Amino acid sequence: MTEQVLLVRRNIWHRVQNSAMYYSFVHNRTAMVSAAIVFTYVLLAVLAPLIAPYNPWDLTQFDIMDSEIPPIGSVEADSRFMLGTDAMGRDMLSAMLYGTGISILIGVFATCLQLVLGVSIGLIAGYFGGRLDSFLMRVADIQLSFTTLMVAIVVLALFQATVGLRLYEEFAIVAIVLVIGLAEWPQYARTVRACVLAAKKQEYVDAARVIGLHPFTIIYRHILPNTFSPLLVISTVQVANAIITEASLSFLGLGMPVTKPSLGSLIQNGFHYVFSGSWWITTLPAITLVILIVAINLLGDWLRDVLNPKIYN
Amino acid sequence: MFAFLVRRLGQAILVMLVISILSFSIQDELGDPLRELVGQSVSEEIRNQLRDELGLNDPFLVQYWRFLKNAVQGDLGTSYFFKRPALDVILDKLPATIDLVVAATFWIILFSVPAGMFAAIRPNHWLSKLCMGLSILGISIPVFLTAIFLIQIFAVNLGWFPAYGRGDTVVLFGGWETSLLSLDGLSHLLLPSVSLASVILPLFVRIIRSEMMEVLETEYVKFAWAKGLSKYRIWTVHAFKNTLLPVITVGGVQLGIMVAYTILTETVFQWPGMGFMFLEAINRVDTPLIVAYLIVVGLIFVITNTVVDIIYGLVNPMVKLTGR
Repeated sequence: MTEQVLLVRRNIWHRVQNSAMYYSFVHNRTAMVSAAIVFTYVLLAVLAPLIAPYNPWDLTQFDIMDSEIPPIGSVEADSRFMLGTDAMGRDMLSAMLYGTGISILIGVFATCLQLVLGVSIGLIAGYFGGRLDSFLMRVADIQLSFTTLMVAIVVLALFQATVGLRLYEEFAIVAIVLVIGLAEWPQYARTVRACVLAAKKQEYVDAARVIGLHPFTIIYRHILPNTFSPLLVISTVQVANAIITEASLSFLGLGMPVTKPSLGSLIQNGFHYVFSGSWWITTLPAITLVILIVAINLLGDWLRDVLNPKIYN
Repeated sequence: MFAFLVRRLGQAILVMLVISILSFSIQDELGDPLRELVGQSVSEEIRNQLRDELGLNDPFLVQYWRFLKNAVQGDLGTSYFFKRPALDVILDKLPATIDLVVAATFWIILFSVPAGMFAAIRPNHWLSKLCMGLSILGISIPVFLTAIFLIQIFAVNLGWFPAYGRGDTVVLFGGWETSLLSLDGLSHLLLPSVSLASVILPLFVRIIRSEMMEVLETEYVKFAWAKGLSKYRIWTVHAFKNTLLPVITVGGVQLGIMVAYTILTETVFQWPGMGFMFLEAINRVDTPLIVAYLIVVGLIFVITNTVVDIIYGLVNPMVKLTGR
């Protein structure tokens, strides 16, 4: 039994090693470096509770006397705070580790929601066609014409005004994921629909229909696998976009609260101090954010070049 | 053609109706107009009487119909904060936002066309690689960060340009104020417009590049080479002209995105436009102003999308104008 499992594992590894994607990955320095960066970010974010010197969510740990200490390298630096502190006396390194986690979490979950929603709608629209298809695609058009950022600002602002600030801070993360997730499904739906339309003309789909398979089996087993490569490419870009959107919302005070900051709220938190000399409170999380997004986007670019899917958006 | 126009306009009106229903239900949910009118000291009986008089106890649809009738006539309610008609407040702020969008569009067209064309014609040139690298960077930096860094470098450190405000304006016909025609206004406009352009510009460079590369591979371009036409004629007349079609469609959507991004840019630069006003209205829970903004912006989105679709329909012979 175990031998079989091992054999299967080795086979999969073999297949990965022999694939064109692996070859291109190993021979592309940009792709490898960006993958390494993204991997490091995820690792640091997951391990944040273990490696962070302080707990940035615990307000009792801050001392206002420690406020606005510059990072190591400047004269007034304090060895307890490698990357300095913010105006509340919070350790920047810990806050950034936790904040990276929240940013990535929101990006990934929002993208998953978009994926599930968009793929289901795209499959239904493409497979069944007709009036349902044109209705769903019109809705997608309209949804796309209202940008996510706009929709998110409006919805979150109204949500904040109705439930009040205290309750909002508790549910902010759920609300943000829901808004970004619900607003961007057309990206997936359009691409999946186009793939389905192309696949529907293939003979193997006809054959599956002729032997009397249930439509959902055909969709699931025979059509869905064909959409994987464009979905992978879209997903990388969408994670980056979701993180940017969340950061922008946080900057407007509509995202994560300062008590549980994402990278965006950390930037916002330091914005008032940046022109008075305390540059690190904004600049450090900003650089962290930009490096993460550049790495994800470069990875997405590489995937697009390798898989070369047709993406409709 | 006529059927296409009618169908497209019908859809636009339908979308506006949906937006108005949504906006109206926001108004219904958020805040109590009575409290804004009479304050705390009035007894419950008088309140109820006032509610009846103002029609706040009517069924939802009756109220919505009244709201719609007023909205069509340009009456979107009165702002709680400014104590003026909400539409007037927005129209006061509109010129500042339009200045910003026009200036950003100028940067986008000025840089994206040559950069995109060059990157397509000479994909392996170092300049093309630089362009593509910068475009990845541009996409990856959130617009508010670009704005903060521009202020930090050019306003605080170098002191070349002002960091906030709108500067001198010139009054055009009908009381329309613009910063585009005074030197002081232009210097105030530079940083905000550059940061607004920084998000959209990379997208355009990439679209123009990839479309142009595709067109350069087509048969008719090869034929044009074979005919011995000059390379500039092929690049501009044959290739570039045909890349414009997708650029128009994407461009129309981007204009809508730009309006959304003005909220961020205007907030950082304290630019006295619609976006900044909207954020303030949200903080003050100024419901009529929020609703009016949503309807005006919704209208802008719907108009741009409809116009783009119609232009696309006119330009692209492959779109069936007669409908199905």
